[in-house]
Amino acid sequence: MDWQYFTELFLGGLTRGSIYALIAIGYTMVYGIIELINFAHGEVYMLGAFMGLIVAGVLGILGFPAPAILVIAAVVAIIYCAGYGYTMEKIAYKPLRGAGRLSPLISAIGMSLFLQNYIILAQTSDFLPFPRLIPDFDFLEPVAHVFGSSDFVIVATSALFMAGLTVFIKYTKMGKAMRATAQNRKMAMLLGVDSDKVISITFILGSSLAALGGVLIASHVGMVNFAIGFLAGIKAFTAAVLGGIGSIPGAMLGGLFLGLSESFATGYISSDYEDVFAFTLLVVFLIFRPSGIMGKAKVEKV
Amino acid sequence: MNELIKSIQVSIWFMFLTFPIMVIRVNAIEKSVIWRWENLALVGVGSFVLSFIWRWALRRKEAGDAAAASGGKEAGRLSALLENPALRLPIQVVLLAVFCTIPLFVTTYQTNILISFLLYVVLGLGLNVIVGVAGLLFLGHAAFYAIGAYSYALLNQYFGLGFWVALPIGGVVAALAGVALAFPVLRLRGDYLAIVTLGFGEIVRLLLENFSDITGGPSGISNIPRPGLLDMQLSVAGANIYIYYIVLALALVTIVAVTRLKDSRIGRALQALREDEIACEAMGIDRVGVKLMAFGLGTAWAGFAGVVFAAKTTFINPASFTFFESAIILSIVVLGGMGSNLGVILGSAFLVLLPEYMRAFSEYRMILFATAMVLMMVFRPQGLIPEKRKTYTVSDPELNAATGGQN
Repeated sequence: MDWQYFTELFLGGLTRGSIYALIAIGYTMVYGIIELINFAHGEVYMLGAFMGLIVAGVLGILGFPAPAILVIAAVVAIIYCAGYGYTMEKIAYKPLRGAGRLSPLISAIGMSLFLQNYIILAQTSDFLPFPRLIPDFDFLEPVAHVFGSSDFVIVATSALFMAGLTVFIKYTKMGKAMRATAQNRKMAMLLGVDSDKVISITFILGSSLAALGGVLIASHVGMVNFAIGFLAGIKAFTAAVLGGIGSIPGAMLGGLFLGLSESFATGYISSDYEDVFAFTLLVVFLIFRPSGIMGKAKVEKV
Repeated sequence: MNELIKSIQVSIWFMFLTFPIMVIRVNAIEKSVIWRWENLALVGVGSFVLSFIWRWALRRKEAGDAAAASGGKEAGRLSALLENPALRLPIQVVLLAVFCTIPLFVTTYQTNILISFLLYVVLGLGLNVIVGVAGLLFLGHAAFYAIGAYSYALLNQYFGLGFWVALPIGGVVAALAGVALAFPVLRLRGDYLAIVTLGFGEIVRLLLENFSDITGGPSGISNIPRPGLLDMQLSVAGANIYIYYIVLALALVTIVAVTRLKDSRIGRALQALREDEIACEAMGIDRVGVKLMAFGLGTAWAGFAGVVFAAKTTFINPASFTFFESAIILSIVVLGGMGSNLGVILGSAFLVLLPEYMRAFSEYRMILFATAMVLMMVFRPQGLIPEKRKTYTVSDPELNAATGGQN
């Protein structure tokens, strides 16, 4: 067995998986609380990448140093995408609460198409180059050919933010309210949890993480396009399903699992079928184990 | 006054939100920034006005919901007119006559638009069986469209089969594929089902792209023959008109078949399953069998439409069958009114004809449909022309007295 090649694939999968995990958290949190597959979540990630691109472009012309640009771009993207997530929920999902399952899903598909076309009309439908913002770190010099500085930044930032989210959910009052709402919304409301606020916060948090993922991956890949959200969204959703939808640690694990298995599958089998592999995994999991790798099967009550 | 402040807040919020995307445009190569301040003003004024309409519409909807809850009944004037039995036959005859003669008067270009309109009618009606009648959200319709198209293209390329032989084969292959897909996914709940069908649709497209030895890969298959009429050599315009009549016939058959299906035993079973699966099973409806039938009956039409599409364009490639295509067909069904066949026909007229005849606005086509999809779900989930439910009146005085005469 070729260890060199194996490590290369493993590290590539780790980078990929971190991004999937960041986006998957948004899906899983929203699903956990209002049982909606937020189809437009991938588009928020795409918006994040575009925001990053615009900020980086303006600051780059003003002559800011690259690391500062990266940080500012990420912060601006997070703030704006949080705003988009919040507004999206207010327009497309809130009026539909209690309207069954299909209406919000169709509304979400509409929202997703809307955001894509919004970018096409207001910006462009072409691929845009994204500036390289992550400097080369000296301490990564020996392994730079397999694990570059952008890989390092992606993995480290994702780990940091996911840890922060875990702490937030576990130890703050809002986090507690979120867990209560996810468990039983009616009961939580009876106990004085403002469920509208909880849902808004959920969308804001999920969108922020997606925006961060968008900026990071855009500077890693160096390309931005209006259509990147669709595929990333589906894959992140796959990750959320793999980990058991509704569970935040599950989404993180599912993201890593999907990233790694995709990386190995393309490395050892064939790179033509990269996307087919993710979709097949999604279909197989939904059919045979809809509760995910670690989830418990939920008995549906009649 | 309160309203005014609210709208100003909304307006400021949207100006803030859309500022980077709408106003700034960076040219990374020339290192220049284009500021488009006029867009900001547009967003500000637009969202200010729209927020008034939005709140008014929401209030109206809530009032409507309350009225419906208290037993009030709202009958759409348009649907009342269309349902009027005295007008029904004349309208149908006139429409049929118009559609039969129209290609003789218009240009090839116009005929082409009408062909694609009718194709979408067939696709929409097929999807309507699954989404509207059976209530299963299905996001992979384009895959079966592709299966139909590729069946004809491949059968023709490798076995030299003609259009008329391929037409039923395409439909049957698509129906079988639909049943094959449906078999494992039937036990999934609504939203999971939607995602699986989406995944399946993408898998089909990616396979078509990657099996380049057989399917020609991303560049597709060209030189697909047009259908021949009794060994005659038709001109391009003539062949186009011929295809128009084929699609018209196909659309008519679809309309009749789908309407009959809805009132049949299977159709009623499907509608009942949509409302309550458990109650249906308790009543002895074979849940799996009936749902499989729905998938097969829905996807078969996509297969037929695919064969005709391949024959019309004479060139197909996987890029014509993306998720985007499925989304358009779905929005036809949603806009028209889920479950309502008339609605689907009007919906496809809306989605195909409007942008073609209003060129100036074709750039905004998709964004308007997307907006319409969201607004439709929020304000009028039943669609333009809601499905007409069969109602039965009970003429038992005792029962009427017991329910207070509400039925």
